[in-house]
Amino acid sequence: MSTTAIGWGGLVASLTLVAVAVALSGWQRLHLTRTILWSSARAAAQLLAVGVALALVLDPDASLVWSWLWVVAMVAFAGITVRNRAREAPGIFGLAVLSMATVVTVSLGVIFGLGIFPVEGRTIIPMAGMMIGNSMTSCVLVARRIVGELSDKRDEVEARLALGQAWPVASRPYVRAALRTALIPQIESTKSVGLVFLPGAMTGLILAGVDARDAVVVQLAIMYLVLGSVATSVTVIGLGLTRRLFTPDHRLRPLDRASQ
Amino acid sequence: MGEKAATLGRVVTTVLEYQDVHVTAADGTELLHGIDLTVPDGRLTVLAGASGSGKSTLLRLANRLEVPSTGRVLVRGQDVSELDPLVLRRRVGMVFQRPTPFAGSVRENLRVAEPTADEAALGDTLARVGLDPDMLDRVADDLSGGEAQRMCLARTLLTGPQLVLMDEVTSSLDPPARREIEGLAQDLVADGLTVVWVTHDLAQAERIADDTVVLVDGRCASADERTRFLADRSEEDGER
Repeated sequence: MSTTAIGWGGLVASLTLVAVAVALSGWQRLHLTRTILWSSARAAAQLLAVGVALALVLDPDASLVWSWLWVVAMVAFAGITVRNRAREAPGIFGLAVLSMATVVTVSLGVIFGLGIFPVEGRTIIPMAGMMIGNSMTSCVLVARRIVGELSDKRDEVEARLALGQAWPVASRPYVRAALRTALIPQIESTKSVGLVFLPGAMTGLILAGVDARDAVVVQLAIMYLVLGSVATSVTVIGLGLTRRLFTPDHRLRPLDRASQ
Repeated sequence: MGEKAATLGRVVTTVLEYQDVHVTAADGTELLHGIDLTVPDGRLTVLAGASGSGKSTLLRLANRLEVPSTGRVLVRGQDVSELDPLVLRRRVGMVFQRPTPFAGSVRENLRVAEPTADEAALGDTLARVGLDPDMLDRVADDLSGGEAQRMCLARTLLTGPQLVLMDEVTSSLDPPARREIEGLAQDLVADGLTVVWVTHDLAQAERIADDTVVLVDGRCASADERTRFLADRSEEDGER
């Protein structure tokens, strides 16, 4: 197999496109020049640091414990990110961590349990990263949608409670709508893959010189796992968050949508 | 509780009682300041007051959509905090300020309240609130404001309540629909139910009330405050 290593020269050459973005921002007076430059520099610093750390962790002689610790850190950072993006959802940090931990356990359990990939640092970290990364976006979406739906439809929810419905029943139509909203982008993405866009893992493998058919097989396995992970994480957040929005005596708590 | 009170020469039972009820909001604002109030059975009691006077909060305490910070709320002598809220809410029905039709047909809406109700029971309940029993298949969202509010009342009646709370239920309706709902509330009382009706509309209170309680700033108004409130509202009504 031929490998594709672009080297430092290739990286510097790719900055040409950042220059294009800066030029367009200046021409259209978007006042985004500093943001574009800062984002590009920050991405470089973050990824280079991660690259150095990954090289140490993925060293064939390194213990797998370091890979699992890396996964734990990713789960914690995902929890912080979800909390920062969905502040209106009470107790979301704990739920997000629980959700990500569930996703990692289930998806890596399937991957390694069924022997889809070998248990190695170079599989544990990227696989966990993809599951957590995709789930994180969906968790933010579902948390914000649930708070939004129950806030917007407070009259209807309280009318259902006033008819003697318990909170899980009274909230079900609105939580269901939020879960669908969070899952549909992933389903659409799964449907259109290959026709509209080539996904990242497959593109990376092809660029690295792997046979396209082998890359497709890997990508398909990943996509199915991501779909399952997103469904799992969204469900954990959906059920856990809804419980927190009601009191034990079936009252809808005051909800804050100010930050939306 | 079985407490008897003599009202207008006839013996009535207290169906709802508030004992030194305080309610404090999450931000620390006290919304109700020590309410003591009894609501007699089989009558239409109006809670009147300006916006923000605490009348809706007082109403929502009766079916535990709100809970008091201190004090007790009793329904037929039982402290509501000791009752299963789901059972309580079927004994103490509530209709809200804005009509709240759920997605689906009128039939589906009514079945939310009583999933096992047969077609005859659904039709009879629609007829009781002045709606055509043949409208069961209509989409609830397509009903007019007055029709939707009547459907919501029908939905509440299907739970078999003894007490019906009506929270500014006509405020979003035009005058003819308003009068129809007022008439329905009076019909319910004639059928033996108790109705507690919240309004800021003094003319409406005068039209329908058997008893009127005026709330001012989260308290039951004193005689002077009540007189002043009635005078102020009359002036406002006159200016309109």
